Amino acid sequence: MLPLGILALQGDFREHGYTLDAIGVESRQVRTLSDLESVAGLIIPGGESTVIAKLARAYDLLEPIREKIANGFPAFGTCAGLILLADEILDGIEGQESFGGLDVSVRRNAFGNQLDSFEAELDFVGIPGEPVKAAFIRAPIVEWVGSDVEVLSALPDGRIVAVQNDHVLGLSFHPEVTGETRIHQHFVSMVKRSN
Amino acid sequence: MTESNISRPNSATPLVKRGLAEMMKGGVIMDVVTPEQAKIAEDAGAVAVMALERVPADIRAQGGVSRMSDPDMIDGIISAVSIPVMAKARIGHFVEAQILQSLGVDYIDESEVLSPADYVNHIDKWKFKVPFVCGATNLGEALRRITEGAAMIRSKGEAGTGDVSEAMKHIRTINGELRALAAKTEDELYVAAKELQAPYELVREVASTGKLPVVMFVAGGVATPADAALMMQMGADGVFVGSGIFKSGNPAERAKAIVKATTFYNDPDVLAQVSRGLGEAMVGINVTDLPAPHRLAERGW
Repeated sequence: MLPLGILALQGDFREHGYTLDAIGVESRQVRTLSDLESVAGLIIPGGESTVIAKLARAYDLLEPIREKIANGFPAFGTCAGLILLADEILDGIEGQESFGGLDVSVRRNAFGNQLDSFEAELDFVGIPGEPVKAAFIRAPIVEWVGSDVEVLSALPDGRIVAVQNDHVLGLSFHPEVTGETRIHQHFVSMVKRSN
Repeated sequence: MTESNISRPNSATPLVKRGLAEMMKGGVIMDVVTPEQAKIAEDAGAVAVMALERVPADIRAQGGVSRMSDPDMIDGIISAVSIPVMAKARIGHFVEAQILQSLGVDYIDESEVLSPADYVNHIDKWKFKVPFVCGATNLGEALRRITEGAAMIRSKGEAGTGDVSEAMKHIRTINGELRALAAKTEDELYVAAKELQAPYELVREVASTGKLPVVMFVAGGVATPADAALMMQMGADGVFVGSGIFKSGNPAERAKAIVKATTFYNDPDVLAQVSRGLGEAMVGINVTDLPAPHRLAERGW
């Protein structure tokens, strides 16, 4: 398998690299089109979604990534990455763009400001055993899901925080900062299946 | 805001406080003094804005006591943008910090750029739900701030000068001291803790990992895309740009260029391209021309 790509324009892309290292999966930072052509799937990290989208637009990565995902290229986004994979963004800035691929509506900063950031333990479909350790940092929420989208996890009050639409996986939270490796493992098997 | 947010038990943990800084890595935090400037910064690709009443260059020029900003002004900036908003409190002024937390800022900068309120103690930052960033000129200072609860460190540089030499000195000092600490044997760490004037447990942790347990941005004197890339190549996690943007000829274009330079800091072709056509950079002052009492980096203990 080719290495997994991690979009490295801004955000906590190194933490995703460390998480993949921990499960013995090779990764490569993606900043250019040629980087994108040499990876088997793409992780879109936490960060500031408005900044990542602008940089992707300025360096001609936005359309190619959008097109690849539409054609079955596996993608996995955490927090800002979820926003960037959503087909619809609520409370974005004017003209905010996304790669799309998840038939969902995602609201930015859905919990409020940093004082409303929190840690939680979650049940997650397909991950038995210990609950998933999650950090929600100025996190988004999935407010609406299309009929082909599977909900993988929700908060106790029912708000949706993890979704999968075939080859595209999106989380409101950051497994990459809590030492949680099982969701990355799940993405690796998605990539293997699609190759 | 729903009920469940208020009763959530695991908010304001060190992971959550440090985590927001993790998400800002590879980004640029820009000083702004009006909602209009905040909007320009957001549109240019800032990861966060620092709301303050006067940029450091003006504080320097106008003199007088410099304090926390007017709450109305901070509210205006919070409602103008969707990215995180930081604001500055004076060193040791825990009531300014209480007010900023009540306003709902995302980060407080306990900053030497403002006039210190306490020449002995810094704020006990563990008492707050909101995370803090603090300045440091060397490793000992950074570790003391982390001990007091800082969730992010900013090397100080010399704010309001447009002269990057102090920023360079501070990041070289901190990185050099980190390397020296990592090379020490177990039995040398007791004296290292004494010399760094920092707690032994934290010193031991940093010696074994070789890095700070929090994100470190660089600040103080960054005025051009090349300055930002220089700091990133030196190992900064990101940059603060204070007076450098809104004291320049074309703030919107300069801000965009500095954002791009911070991402593509290792690509001289991109750096050459973004350095073109930016108009006048801020005029600046050479740090060596500043009389010692006017050097802000020396505030903090």
